[in-house]
Amino acid sequence: MLSVSNLHVAVGGTEILKGLSLEIPAGEVHAVMGPNGAGKSTLSYTLAGRQGYEVTEGSASLNGEDLLAMAANERAARGLFLSFQYPLEIPGVPSLTFIRTALNAQRKARGEDEIGAPAFLKLAREQAAKLKIEFDMLKRPLNVGFSGGEKKRMEIFQMAMLSPQFLILDETDSGLDIDALRIVSEGVNALRSSERGMLVITHYQRLLDYIKPDRVHVLAGGKIVASGGPELALELEDTGYDRFAPAAA
Amino acid sequence: MSLSEALKSRDASLLPSRRDEAWRYTDLRAAVRVIPEPSPLGTVPTTLGPFAAIKADRSLVIINGRGPEVLSLDAGQVLCVELRLVADRHTTSHQSDLRIDLASGAQLTLLESHEGLGSAYLSSANLTIHLAEGASLERVVILDEPSDAVSVITADITLSPGASLKQTVLTKGAMRQRFETQVTHPGGGANVRLDGVYMLADKCHADLTTVVNHVGPGGTTDQLTKGAVRDASRAVFQGQIQVTPGADQTDARMGHHALILSDRAEIDAKPELEIFADDVSCAHGNTVGALDEDALFYICSRGVPLEEARAMLVQAFGLEVIDRIETEAVRQVAQAWLAGLGAGGSDGL
Repeated sequence: MLSVSNLHVAVGGTEILKGLSLEIPAGEVHAVMGPNGAGKSTLSYTLAGRQGYEVTEGSASLNGEDLLAMAANERAARGLFLSFQYPLEIPGVPSLTFIRTALNAQRKARGEDEIGAPAFLKLAREQAAKLKIEFDMLKRPLNVGFSGGEKKRMEIFQMAMLSPQFLILDETDSGLDIDALRIVSEGVNALRSSERGMLVITHYQRLLDYIKPDRVHVLAGGKIVASGGPELALELEDTGYDRFAPAAA
Repeated sequence: MSLSEALKSRDASLLPSRRDEAWRYTDLRAAVRVIPEPSPLGTVPTTLGPFAAIKADRSLVIINGRGPEVLSLDAGQVLCVELRLVADRHTTSHQSDLRIDLASGAQLTLLESHEGLGSAYLSSANLTIHLAEGASLERVVILDEPSDAVSVITADITLSPGASLKQTVLTKGAMRQRFETQVTHPGGGANVRLDGVYMLADKCHADLTTVVNHVGPGGTTDQLTKGAVRDASRAVFQGQIQVTPGADQTDARMGHHALILSDRAEIDAKPELEIFADDVSCAHGNTVGALDEDALFYICSRGVPLEEARAMLVQAFGLEVIDRIETEAVRQVAQAWLAGLGAGGSDGL
């Protein structure tokens, strides 16, 4: 599914990722953990196609297709979804209108028919109920005036509506209280399937109590420096990232 | 120096130019070398105006400067009027004059459009509007003129105490286009809202100029203008608020916010507050910037192509002004106008 090999990425002339490799097969959830400044957000932005992240070496592909050759919207149409650490506010665009525009743009790019309003609304009502989102909130401009928890729930709602093949969750737990964390995690877990892969990027082990990973990787100094099972996350919680510091130097 | 004088005497040297401070950014003399022939009688347009969806009580059409010259509302009368100023010839010139009188307590919704069905014309329109005590005017204007037209629209509006003026102008510009509003504000509980949206492309030019003169105590003015320029277009915003001695407790605020979507586009903004009274609250804000790259990436990451994402953000930017239109049906026409401009961007929108 997702295959990243020897990825080198520079931002503003400074190399942040220095040969990162990662294989995430369909049906698996992998966590990438690491200290501040390790390159976690750079990894998610590079995979999603943000401008200003210059790939100087290496490759990244989804289902064998070269991600790096595609614009951000094309990557989304191929099934990649990035849940933002800090979702943006889009004034003047009602959330539902936004999601329908995005969904139909993706369908068009894939050569599929547009989804009609009745089918879209039915799907939206079902998914909103699951995530305990008031339907009226979906008529408000996207994320404008939403609390941190509401924004994250809206990310998961978009995810459920767009039904991507591969999810990247960038620090989804930041700014969430326990109740919101549970609701968001349940939303993510509901999307786990044998055809879907997930990359969960997090600083803390806490999120992984709710979204149980198959594999855990430690990112430090722009590379994966250790990989293991879920127990690695618990180990990190005890020992911290310090022991990986030499690798970062 | 004025367009009216130049038209009357057919002398292009009388056109205002950059040597006149008030016309520094909208040089008509550079754009018009020779005053074109006077426009002949026009024909009643077969097309509908931009406000056709709204059922107005009355429809006034002024074609090539000819049509009704006075609109009067009796005390307490409530009226919705569609006012269409149409130019339907090519390379001709004309002037339109209209006087509008609102007696005390009258309420007028004026749905005004300037429609260029012809091309390369030179047009001047002068409105003189008087609001008696407690009268109210909601004026919404759509300027839909061709990119080779030169057009100046001036309104001289005098309010009485307790009167209310709410104005929104929407424009995509012309070769040279100026929309000027002069308001004499008596205070005394009278309130003024002056708004505008410009969305310019190609080589279009639009100039929104306002002068609000607070001559008595206790008046409020609230102005919000927003716009975007792409390609080699140019927008001019000149907003002047004057507070004369004795006009205490004046509360005036003016905002102008713009997006530059191309390196070749230009915005000239000149907010001016002239305050000669002590006890007043006046503020202005003026910003010019580019689209938010973070927001663009966020939208694209959901599958929306870059050009559509840009159009979405530009529309959303203008929507804040349109949301201030109180009458829902009118607001919807304005929203449709904004949505209709989004498509077909070249190097930006």
